[in-house]
Amino acid sequence: MPPSRGDHQVKPGRGGVRRPLTRALPLAPSLVLLLLFLAGPIAYCAYIAFTDLQLTGQAHSSFVGFDNFTAAFRDDAFLNAVWLTLVFTVLSSLIGQNTLGLALAALMQRASKTVRTVTGAVVVCAWVLPEVVAGFLLYAFFRREGTLNAILDWLHLPTQNWLFTLPILAVSFANVWRGTAFSMLVYSAALGEIPKEITEAAEMDGAGGWRRMWHITLPMIRRSIGTNLMLNTLQTLSVFGLIWVMTRGGPGNRSQTLPLFMYEQAFQKSMIGYGTAVALLLLVVGSLFSLVYMRLLRSEA
Amino acid sequence: MRPTAPVLLSATLLIAATGLTACSSGSGDDPDTVRISFKQSTDNQIRVMDKYLASMKTQFEKDHPGKKVKLVPIKAPDSEYYTKLQQMLRSPKTAPDLVYEDTFLINSDITSGYLKPLDSYLAKWPDWNQFIDTAKNAAKAQDGKTYGVPDGTDTRGLWYDKGIFAKAGIKTPWQPKSWDEVLDTARTIKKKVPSVTPLNVYTGKPGGEQSAMQGFEMLLYGTGTGPGTTDPLYDRSSNKWITAGKPFKDALNFVKTVYGEKLGPDVSDALDPNIGTRVRGELLPKSKLAINLDGSWLPQDWLKGSGHEWPEWSQKLGLAHMPTQNGQAPGKVSMSGGWTWSIPSKASNPDLAFEFIKTMQTKANAQKWYIANSGIAVRKDVAADPAYVKAQPGIKFFTDLVASTHYRPAYPAYPKVSTAIQEAMESVTTGDSSVEKAASTYDEQLKTATDGKVITK
Repeated sequence: MPPSRGDHQVKPGRGGVRRPLTRALPLAPSLVLLLLFLAGPIAYCAYIAFTDLQLTGQAHSSFVGFDNFTAAFRDDAFLNAVWLTLVFTVLSSLIGQNTLGLALAALMQRASKTVRTVTGAVVVCAWVLPEVVAGFLLYAFFRREGTLNAILDWLHLPTQNWLFTLPILAVSFANVWRGTAFSMLVYSAALGEIPKEITEAAEMDGAGGWRRMWHITLPMIRRSIGTNLMLNTLQTLSVFGLIWVMTRGGPGNRSQTLPLFMYEQAFQKSMIGYGTAVALLLLVVGSLFSLVYMRLLRSEA
Repeated sequence: MRPTAPVLLSATLLIAATGLTACSSGSGDDPDTVRISFKQSTDNQIRVMDKYLASMKTQFEKDHPGKKVKLVPIKAPDSEYYTKLQQMLRSPKTAPDLVYEDTFLINSDITSGYLKPLDSYLAKWPDWNQFIDTAKNAAKAQDGKTYGVPDGTDTRGLWYDKGIFAKAGIKTPWQPKSWDEVLDTARTIKKKVPSVTPLNVYTGKPGGEQSAMQGFEMLLYGTGTGPGTTDPLYDRSSNKWITAGKPFKDALNFVKTVYGEKLGPDVSDALDPNIGTRVRGELLPKSKLAINLDGSWLPQDWLKGSGHEWPEWSQKLGLAHMPTQNGQAPGKVSMSGGWTWSIPSKASNPDLAFEFIKTMQTKANAQKWYIANSGIAVRKDVAADPAYVKAQPGIKFFTDLVASTHYRPAYPAYPKVSTAIQEAMESVTTGDSSVEKAASTYDEQLKTATDGKVITK
């Protein structure tokens, strides 16, 4: 797209109010659709969260105020799901996808073109795969007769059913495997923006790899880190298909994150009202994370 | 921004247009088509119901010129089938004309107003008198109206592999007298034939109602004394649900013993949602499982033309009834349920749907179905027909169990109570919690599920 910087400075006073209005006109249909199909359902969900609506077993639903929310905080299974969601997010998004993506991007800066192309293709492949397909692949990798155990067996190491013994770690690994490409692409772009002179100057001054990373690279790509963390976290918070395919939240409730807990309450136990309340709480968790990252972005700007 | 605006505009118009057309083409409007939803097996090789319904469709369309039948299979494990069905029943746009309902959930769906009372149809249908009374009650709601026509019932017992028993040096025919005897036999098999799974008891949430009914309730209802005396789950005099007392904990302890002593399948297999399919399709036919606590319908998977043909099953497998806990009277226990054909309240062609029920429930067709799906007859004329009794080994054994069988308290709260049972089972199966802890968690969930209508006995 050609740069259109001039537009903003042209005759600021003329037609003051009118012009933006006519300009916004083409957006009106999409605005209406957004209100209808996005804001509408969200508002309806918010309403349902305050009722005792059920999928079956009830003739009429009624308004119950904050009952669903107080019930959630008294429910051990909900607290367990909150805890597992945090573990899952921190392990797979904050630590896994983010760090590994940065590391891959940094290594690829120095690698030869062939290595870069091949690595890029492999990593992006994982990202392009639909969630459910990725889930099945990793299920096949971790299951008792799966690839991981075949390798361990070949190395004469003890094998086990990973999905059963370490379910939350297994699904976290799966999410890292799937989502790292995105971070890698973001960081590749950010690292490419750093002027060569600065790194070279630092090198001349005798700064080693780690010091250059810590004092030059990281501060310079701080904004990208913030954006990347935010997108990663929000995506990870809503992961459902991957975990559903691999473990269904089990065994017991040992990999039941909030989206799975919500599904179970709403559709397996028929408690739509309660499930929706949990969904709203998940929304709150997501916005809390976003707020923190926005802060991070703003302080730099 | 500018060049994207027209694109955006045309895209939104396109979405709006497709949205509108989708709205106008409701699929249930055709007055000459009856749409039928049923549960399709998750095992691609099992198409017993598909085949039966296809032949009913041909017959119906021949008898009713101009009318069409559209089969809408829902392919899902049990628990997901109900969810999908309930979502379809909520709206007239998606509600089929005829649905296949499990009796354990039917009261819940009746309370939601999803189903239509059939009394006016039944009154004009002479064949209804052929149905046995317990079956007529299967789909009778608390309002006294009937909401479904049952297509058979079922009973449960122990299936055992005679070959494995011979290898372990256990005499057949085998008939354990108490839970301990069942466990002891499993222990002997574990020691003598270590390559097989000694005993399968369905457990945990992934198995859904299969865990609660074939697994837990077959134990729990064997702690009392005989059918009709006391229900260990529900107190009919006070209309309250019973909290986890000693019988409940004893049943949990049995499950804990099975999985704790590794007498059952590997826990990760037992908690696989497809364990039922594996037991019927693989473990039993390949002699990898010695004892299986399961339902009367198993042979439907092994009949001719059903995918896992295994005609020799009746020579290879033996049948024993599940004993009561300590052998107390009447000595055996069974649970019964079944499925019914019901008409959704939002169905667009209810009259035609009932005509289809009538086609399925002529004596000849009903008999054909019982035999095809290894069902237990609920029609007196079929039950009395020697051709039915002789059609399959095992039919007599399971039909005789009807006398000592129990029915679940299938009230609207039951599906949630069942989930709470499954969770209690799962937590002792995985070893995540003790029997005591699982029982107290059950008590809490029971309170929530039944709005506090609980009683301690």
